[in-house]
Parts: sequence; C-alpha cells; structure tokens
Amino acid sequence: MNSEAFEPKILAFCCHYCAYASADLAGTMRIQYPPNVRIIRTPCTGRLEVEYFIKAFEQGADGVLIAGCLEGGCHFIEGNLCAKRRVNAARDLLAEIGLEAERLRMVNVSAAEARPLAEHIKDMVQTVRRLGSSPIAANTTSITENLP
Amino acid sequence: MIVAHRKSIPELIEILTGHNKVLVLGCGTCVTVCLAGGQREVGIIASALRMASKLRGQALEVEELTIERQCDNVFIETAVEAVERNDAILSLGCGAGVQAIAERFSDKPVYAGLDTTFIGILEERGIWTEKCSACGDCVLHNYGGICPITQCAKQLLNGPCGGSREDRCEVRPDRPCAWQLIYQRLKDIGQLDRLRKIQPPKNWSTSLDGGPRVIVREDHRI
Repeated sequence: MNSEAFEPKILAFCCHYCAYASADLAGTMRIQYPPNVRIIRTPCTGRLEVEYFIKAFEQGADGVLIAGCLEGGCHFIEGNLCAKRRVNAARDLLAEIGLEAERLRMVNVSAAEARPLAEHIKDMVQTVRRLGSSPIAANTTSITENLP
Repeated sequence: MIVAHRKSIPELIEILTGHNKVLVLGCGTCVTVCLAGGQREVGIIASALRMASKLRGQALEVEELTIERQCDNVFIETAVEAVERNDAILSLGCGAGVQAIAERFSDKPVYAGLDTTFIGILEERGIWTEKCSACGDCVLHNYGGICPITQCAKQLLNGPCGGSREDRCEVRPDRPCAWQLIYQRLKDIGQLDRLRKIQPPKNWSTSLDGGPRVIVREDHRI
C-alpha cells in the first residue's frame, strides 16, 4: 500500500459525557471530520484499561484516540485523570513493543467543543498517516471486518 | 503478599528466543493483587509479546491461561493440557510459583516473566511497600509492630542511628525514619520501656543460611 492511498484506521474511545456528545454536536453543526475514526462510546474514559488499547493495536488499529472530559470536568470527578495515567503507561508499553507511542493519544474536550474535537481527529489522522500503516495491521483481520 | 513487577518486553522476547509456542501462565493469588501477573496482565503481556515478536520477524504463538495458585500442585494440575500444547512456559507467578511449575513439568522450559521483589502491602493505590524480610526470627513484638530489619535502612536493632533529619531516613530521605516510627508507636501504646533493654545481636541462622529453609509439621503430615 503506498502512503498516498493509505487511510488510517483509528479507534476512538469517546466519553459519553463529553467527546461522544461533541461528536454528535459536530454532526448537528455539519462540522466535517475525517471518516477514519471508528467511535466507541464509553461511560467514562476512567473505564478504559491498558489492555483495551493494546488489544486494539493487536487487532489492526493504526491509531487509538482517547477523548475524555476537560481536566477538572469529569462527570465522575477524576476518571479522565485515571485514563491519562493509563494512556501514558500504555504508550510506554507500545515503545517497548516497538510501535510508535504517537499512535496512542488522549485528548480532552467538553460536550460543547465540536470543532476542537474535529481538529483533534484531523490532527490524529495526520499523525498516523505520517507514521504509516501499523506494521501489526498487516496480515491481521481488518477491524472494519469486525464491525456489525 | 508477595510483590513483583514485570520484566520488560524486549527482555522477555530475548528470554523466549528459539520458541514458537509459548504459554503465558498467570497466577490468581499475590501477583494478581499486586497487578503484575493476574489474568489482566497475562492478556496484556501476551498481546505485547505477539506484537513485539511479529515486529522482530518472528511468529510467536502465545496462549493465555491464569490458574488460581501456581505454588500449589492441586491448582497446577489445571494447567496440564495447556502446558502440553506449548513449547515453553512464561510464568507470571512469583519465584516460588515459577519453580513449582518447573518442578511439575520437568520436560518443559519454564521462564520467569516477573521480577519477584518483596513481601509487602499496598500502601496506597499504585504504591506497594516492603514490610517483611522473612528473617525467620520475628522481633516485631519488641518494636511496636514496626520491623527494624525491613524498615530501617541500617537494620538497627538498637536505634536510632542519629542520622535521621526531621523524622526522615538519612539513607532514603523519601522514607520515614523507622526508629522515629518505632518510638512514636511504643509511646502511643505505653511501651517505651521496651527500648531500655539492649537487644543482643540477631540470630541470622534462621534467615537464608545454609540453603532453603524447610518447615516440617508432623501433625499435618499423612
């Protein structure tokens, strides 16, 4: 696959109380963001564990984006801060594995920030496109094939 | 509980070089509680090994299994079929678990995936602290339940050393002075007089001396 034709597959874990709502708002406001992301709604980013990120990469994701509430604005007080620490631990683990840590990123948006979310997604897609296809993704089942 | 932490993925890949099918075997007891070798960590390490080996041009097949307790033959038996399917075992048990597995499966290479570190407690979320050195001759009754062997950097039985500053250890300024803690605790429970007695040198023959220690209980033997 040449780099020009490469369209990254990015899994986005979005918090129900902020990023998921802002993605919805982006639709209402007709704000475009790249269709490379597959959004999974989570009750809080604090619900996410390191293995979710690692399994996503193992199953062929080129990048994983975690979108939680603004720091200090978590519906469950500090779930997003827990997620931040787990994302950092998972990034260290990715580096040990031999994958670029930049493929995993956490961003913070409020439910009203449709445009910033779209910008975060664009930036993530750009970063992963620059890194190229995940070497793990080759010869694995495409994550799109697992979608209902 | 026994506290351990995992070895790095590059180190594990090097340890497993030459094997094609590996069983990552977790333990459901101490290392599960210290978040180093339970079912969740087995999943993470297995996935990491699959990806890391692939990136290094190897095709490591990794199976995952977690048993209740690796240091007990009754539970080890539940792993027999999985062990037979694989070339080698990467045990995420403590050092005792790894050796128990190796003894049971004498024809399989068994490797340690963790560095077993100490007997300790969860001090607060994400922080484990050593509490016991397993010296075999407990002296806690003399020190208000605070172990000078483990907690004091100089292992003083007749402390303090005089080097502590503002209740901090001079060797480890990030840790409290054990003797400050001992003094405060004995004062709180009204046993300061215990400190008037000079303790003789400790009998270290009960510690790691002359090979592994064995406890025989005739009343429990059959």
